[in-house]
Amino acid sequence: MSNINKTMAEKDIRLVSSKQKFGHFLGQFFVYFFLIVMAIIVLFPFYWMLISSVKSLDEYRLAVPTLFPREILWGNYVTAFNQANLGTLFLNTLYVGVVSTILSLVITVLSAFAFARLEFKGKNTMFAALLATMMIPGELFTITNYVTVNQLGWMKTYTVLIVPFLVSVFYIYLLRQNFMQIPNELYLAAKVDGTSDLKYLWKVMIPLALPTLISITILKMMGAWNSYVWPRLVANDAAHQLITNGLRNAFTDASGQADIPVQMAAVAIVSLPLFLVFVFLRKYIMKGVSRGGLKG
Amino acid sequence: MVESKHSWKAWLYLAPAIVLLLVFTVWPIINTVRLAFLEDYNSSMAIGGATYEFGIRNFAKVLQYKDFINCLTNTILLCVLTVPLSTILALLIAVCLKQIKPLQRALQTIFFLPYVTNSIAIGMVFAAMFNMVGSAFGGENELIITAGIINNVIEFFGGQPINWINSGSAYWANIVVMVVYIVWNALPFKILILLGGLQSINTQYYDAAKVDGTRRARVFTRITVPLLSPMLAYVVITGFIGGFKEYSSIVGIFGEKMGPAGDPGRLNTMVGFIYDALAGDHTGRASAAALILFGIILVVTLINLQVSKKNTHY
Repeated sequence: MSNINKTMAEKDIRLVSSKQKFGHFLGQFFVYFFLIVMAIIVLFPFYWMLISSVKSLDEYRLAVPTLFPREILWGNYVTAFNQANLGTLFLNTLYVGVVSTILSLVITVLSAFAFARLEFKGKNTMFAALLATMMIPGELFTITNYVTVNQLGWMKTYTVLIVPFLVSVFYIYLLRQNFMQIPNELYLAAKVDGTSDLKYLWKVMIPLALPTLISITILKMMGAWNSYVWPRLVANDAAHQLITNGLRNAFTDASGQADIPVQMAAVAIVSLPLFLVFVFLRKYIMKGVSRGGLKG
Repeated sequence: MVESKHSWKAWLYLAPAIVLLLVFTVWPIINTVRLAFLEDYNSSMAIGGATYEFGIRNFAKVLQYKDFINCLTNTILLCVLTVPLSTILALLIAVCLKQIKPLQRALQTIFFLPYVTNSIAIGMVFAAMFNMVGSAFGGENELIITAGIINNVIEFFGGQPINWINSGSAYWANIVVMVVYIVWNALPFKILILLGGLQSINTQYYDAAKVDGTRRARVFTRITVPLLSPMLAYVVITGFIGGFKEYSSIVGIFGEKMGPAGDPGRLNTMVGFIYDALAGDHTGRASAAALILFGIILVVTLINLQVSKKNTHY
C-alpha cells in the first residue's frame, strides 16, 4: 500500500517537474528571442554604416537596398579621407588628446596622493568642496570660461582645447579611493628607509594603481576624440579643428545631394579607433563607467 | 602619522589642481551668477569698458523669447519620452541577460557597444537610415528615387514611406527619430548599471521564491524591482540630468542648424539655446538661461530623490 503511494507520488513529482521544465524551456526561448532581436537592433546601425561605406552611390540609391554590396568600393574611404581632411583633423585630435592626458594624469596623481596619504589642515573640507563641484552642470562653467579664454587671448589655440579641462574631480576621487586601498604601512616603511615621496609614488603607488590610471587615460582620450561643443565655440578654425567638428562640418552642405556612401566611410574611419579601444580595453572602460563615470 | 611639518608639501602637490579649479570651476560658478544679473551683459563690450546694472531683465527676456519656449518644450518632451522608455528597455534586457548562461558575455558586449561611439558620427548614420535618398527638396521635376532603409522596411511591410527628417517633415516624425536615437544611445550605460545591480542581489531570495513556486512575473515585481530600486533611481536621475542637457545627438542627426532643412532651430534644446546666445555675444542672456537650466535640473533631481526615497528599499 505504502509502496503504491510512493510510486504515485514520484510520478506526480515527475509530472510537475516535466511541466516546469517545459515552462522553463519556453521562458528561456523567449528570453533568448528578445535578447537577440534587441542585439540585432543595437548592431544594425554599425552594419549599415559599414556596408553603405563601400557601396557606389547608384547601388546605395536602389529602390530595393542590397544587404551586401555587389561591388566593394574601397575608393570611398580615400575620397572621404581627402574630402573631410581627416589626416589633419586626426593629428590635431591626437595632439590635444595626448598632451591633455599626460598633464591631466600628473595633476590627478599628485592631488590624489595628497588626499590619500598626506595629513594637512582642512583636508576633508577641501575634498568635500571638490566633490560638491561635481554636481554643477558643465554648461554653467562654459559661459564664464568662454569669456575668460577670450580675455586671455587663447581663442583658436591648442591651449584653449587643453587647459580648461585638465582637472577632473571625478578622476581625483577615483584615484584617491584606489590609493587608499594601498596599506599605509608601505608608506611608513618607505619613509623609514628614507625614500622620497615622489620615488615612493613612482615605484609603489603608480604600479599598484595602474588599472585605474589606464581607465583614466582611455576615458580622457575618448573625451578628446568625442568632444564637440567646446572646440566648436573656441577653436573651430581649420588649423585647430578636432575630428568630430571637422566630420560634422565636412558633410553639412545645403545641397541635399550628400554622397552618403562617402559620408559613411568617413564615419567609419572616425569610429574605428573607438572600436579598437573597445575591443582591446573593454574591461577598463566598463570599470571606469560603472564606478560613476558619465560619457565624455 | 606623518608629521604636520610636511603639510606644505601636500599643498604643493595640490597646487596645480587648485589653481586650475579656481580659474575654470570656482570662478565660473560665481561669475555666471553675477553675469546673469547684469542686464544685457555683453562680454566684448565689457572688455571695452562698458558697465552694466544689476537687475533681473535677463531672466525676463529669456522667458519671453519665443525660441526659448520652443527649446524648453523640445527638451522636456525628449526627456519625458526617452527616460522611461530607455529605463524599461534596459531593465528588461538586464533581467533577461541575468537569466541566461551561454552567450551572456557576448550579448553583454554587444549591448555595451553603443557607449563607445561618437554621438555625432553615429547620429549621421541614423540620419542616413531615416533619410530620403535622392533629392527631397520636392521641386516639380524632382523625384524621390527611394527612401532610406527605415522607409524601405516600412514599404516592404506595405506601409507608406514617411518623411522623417528632410525638408517639410512633420514635427512628430523628427521627435520619433530623436527618441529612437537617444534611447539607442542611452541603453548601454543603463544596462551596465542595472546588470551590476542584479548580479549583487542575494540569490537566497530567488531560491525561496522557487521553493514557494512563485511565478516569474511575481518574482520580477516583488523581488527584482524592489531590490534593484536604488540602481533604478540612480539610472533615472542621471537619465533626467543627461536628458535636460541633450544637444549633440540632435547635431548628429540634424546638423548644426538644429532642425530639418528649411526650418532651422526647430529641434533646438536648452543647451543649444545657451550656446547660441553665447556665440552671439549675449553673455548675460546665456548665463540667465544656464541658471534656469540648473534650477530645473535641481528641482527635477530633488523630486526624483523624494519619490525614490518613498519607493526605494535599501
